[in-house]
Amino acid sequence: MSVGFIMLVHTALDRAAEVARHWATRGCPVVIHADARVSRHRYRKLVKALSDLENVRFCTRYRCEWGTWSLVAAAQTASEMMLDSFPDVRHIYHASGSCLPLRPVEDLVAYLEKHPKTDFIESVTTRDVPWTMGGLDEERFTLRFPFSWKRNRILFDTYVEFQRRFGLKRRIPDGLNPHLGSQWWCLTRQTLSAILSDPRRATYDRYFKRVWIPDESYFQTLTRLYSTNIESRSLTLSKFDFQGKPHIFYDDHMQLLRRSDCFVARKIWPQADRLYETFLSDDRTSMADAEPAPEKIDRVFSQAIDRRTRGRSGLVMQSRFPNDGWENGKTAGPYSVFEGFNNVFTDFEQWLTRRTGARVHGNLFDTKRVHFAGNEKVFNGCLSDSAELRDHAPKSFLSNLIWAARGERQCFQFGPTDAQAISWYLTTDSNAHISVISGAWALMLFQSNRNFADIRTEAARLQRIESEHLDILRSPYTMARVRIWTLAEFLQDPMHHLQTILDETGPRAQRRLTEVPTMVDMTGFGQFLQNLKNQGMKPVLMGDFPLTGDDSHLKAAKAKPYLVR
Amino acid sequence: MGIVSSYRLRLQRKRWRIRAFRKRREIKSITNRTNKIRSKDILLFVTMRNERLRLPYFLKYYRDLGVQHFFVVDNGSDDGSGEYLMDQSDVSLWWTSASYKRARFGVDWLNWLQMRHGHGHWTLVVDVDEFFVYPFCDTRPIRALTDWLDASSIKSFSAMLLDMYPKGPIHAVPYLEGQNPLEIASWFDSGNYMCQKNNLHGNLWIQGGVRARVFFGDNPERAPALNKIPLVKWHRDYAYASSTHMLLPRGLNLVYDEWGGEKASGCLLHAKFLDTFDEKSKEELDRKQHYANSHEYRAYHEHLQEKPDLWCKWSEKYINWRQLEILGLMSKGNWA
Repeated sequence: MSVGFIMLVHTALDRAAEVARHWATRGCPVVIHADARVSRHRYRKLVKALSDLENVRFCTRYRCEWGTWSLVAAAQTASEMMLDSFPDVRHIYHASGSCLPLRPVEDLVAYLEKHPKTDFIESVTTRDVPWTMGGLDEERFTLRFPFSWKRNRILFDTYVEFQRRFGLKRRIPDGLNPHLGSQWWCLTRQTLSAILSDPRRATYDRYFKRVWIPDESYFQTLTRLYSTNIESRSLTLSKFDFQGKPHIFYDDHMQLLRRSDCFVARKIWPQADRLYETFLSDDRTSMADAEPAPEKIDRVFSQAIDRRTRGRSGLVMQSRFPNDGWENGKTAGPYSVFEGFNNVFTDFEQWLTRRTGARVHGNLFDTKRVHFAGNEKVFNGCLSDSAELRDHAPKSFLSNLIWAARGERQCFQFGPTDAQAISWYLTTDSNAHISVISGAWALMLFQSNRNFADIRTEAARLQRIESEHLDILRSPYTMARVRIWTLAEFLQDPMHHLQTILDETGPRAQRRLTEVPTMVDMTGFGQFLQNLKNQGMKPVLMGDFPLTGDDSHLKAAKAKPYLVR
Repeated sequence: MGIVSSYRLRLQRKRWRIRAFRKRREIKSITNRTNKIRSKDILLFVTMRNERLRLPYFLKYYRDLGVQHFFVVDNGSDDGSGEYLMDQSDVSLWWTSASYKRARFGVDWLNWLQMRHGHGHWTLVVDVDEFFVYPFCDTRPIRALTDWLDASSIKSFSAMLLDMYPKGPIHAVPYLEGQNPLEIASWFDSGNYMCQKNNLHGNLWIQGGVRARVFFGDNPERAPALNKIPLVKWHRDYAYASSTHMLLPRGLNLVYDEWGGEKASGCLLHAKFLDTFDEKSKEELDRKQHYANSHEYRAYHEHLQEKPDLWCKWSEKYINWRQLEILGLMSKGNWA
């Protein structure tokens, strides 16, 4: 006999009894502390259920409340009873009613035999751990906490704030260096009895009575005074979520728990029948020398915390609706927006698809209809091509599109003829790569077969819309990667600019450009702009074009041999 | 939120509760087995009319999840639903012939029953064609979820309505009694949902799915709301304000995280579009008992006459809750 268990129980007493019986019948004495809030009837039932076992004892009951001294008092009383009643016990294991042994008791006994002088207790200083609960770490030891956090939250918070404001501090008793850690420890008789029979125990107890969550610091701190050999880890597998609440294990965690090689796990859902059945049965195979390895199953639980605190970027749904600026990326991945390119080139979309392998849409925000790639009526995620549906919630439309097509680069065309409501969203999204050839819409008008008066009105309208859009793109709130050329600038060296865009858009375009899209015929465009000017509409966004119809620099651009297909 | 709107909501809540109290006379108790309810039981509340065919599977589905007692308000069924329910040992049945519309689509009746019997229990409010799916529902009973919610001090749990439909014309495969309707209506729209926030009540307003895509492409404003909060740890002061879309007090509507994280949530698989739908929508059109002058039903009826297939090539076939989680329709939150 080398290990004894002290168990703190308050709910699911039948499960606690099962576990206590498991240990007791395998030669390990158990001292049970039942919360004083457990009704007399249920307590009697528990006592009766275990009455046939002479190595199960029940100690004085305290009224236990989370975060208070009562839990330490319970552990002290139970420990004292254990030390007095079972002189053969060498290690005392602190467990709770929702603990479950994962490996046969012999494994644990053998393990402790190999470490006869070792105290297994997680014990770290406040400076070394980013403790999660309520931002109280160092202050746990320097402030007073007379009010219950569970019942009197307001008083609790106010009093903490009051002490901070007026710099009220407690003195930590001499010789103590506060340490924190899991309360599920396993200490040697030597250490534990030294703590409990310390002549200064009254002083320490008085101090810890007003410390916040003393069950996570009392033994952890005092062990440091006496132990010769501390292993700062818990033998109990216990995972905490982002609020400091323990994760609960269910039947479907069976394999995970097995893999952990830990001796005891907490907390188990009381109705996890399969877990209790499997792990309490006699045919558990011994894993002999396996070291406990709680980190093997960490991924599942750290992923859960990440899900809860950071969520999935770009997802907006029923239980994730981030405030502005808290999205961790408004959309799920990078995408490209091209403005004016399909005015300059006749087959830009087809060309870009060929060159990059990305999904290239037309004008997604066209006022009449959504132009998905391939002119589809429905796209990934069952997005409809109805302009009304899109305009009902344009942000949802775009974030849905990018979310549904995760893993595939999306590109789309945009321009002043489109619905503009999405402008701000695009600009403030760091995933957007926006390339603009400003004033390129004039080419569309230039080629249209309309009355010049209409063209003039339309040009004025588009110019106004685009310059508003450009103002947004140039605002200080811009998060998107924005590139703006005037039409004239772009035409100076179209090859170079296209290459830049390709490099950024798709991995397929590693090599130099060999094939370029067809440029529209621009003969007479300079004159066209001059005509607009003559009509009193000054085209400014396209940059400086020479006035004469047959200008030299455009010719030069077109004359470059590799530009001609 | 200012004192004024806060007070306004308080008055509103009181009004719904008084209304529920007044409407209690419209429903008549047929079988009352509420004395069987134990203190921790999970209760389900439903209003229905002529659902004899669907009832057996509906009851089985929720019994398997771990619902212990059913509260059913029968709104004038004449197909034997009432008789069938009277024989079920875990069902308490009420009957009414009063107007569904004037009881705010059954909400008043259920609010009353919940006020009366739901206090302190986890209550689930669904329709006969809605099937609740939550994280780990294939391995953990609903009690595991409610225990976890209790431990996390969460009082309400969101489950978006996910419209399911068959591939091919909706009347092609007949639904048989006791059959899982999701075997027929096993497809859904995976990513065309629109979220907006209702600033007064604090809930999200979600629209989209197949109904918005097919029926409301030209009039999205009227597309049905899909946000639902069906699972609540009920307190007698609570009230559903509009179907199960929103609750009062408004704190119960905050089922979403605003700081980038994800809270746990589920889905209600809505197997409305079966072969029974045609007949049902005709009947509902005649009764004129549905929302906004049954505008919704008129749209369905007209559309399904000419093109009864709701399926498209991007439709997703339902597998399990994990698939819905990956698609981003629901979330595990920090439940692991």
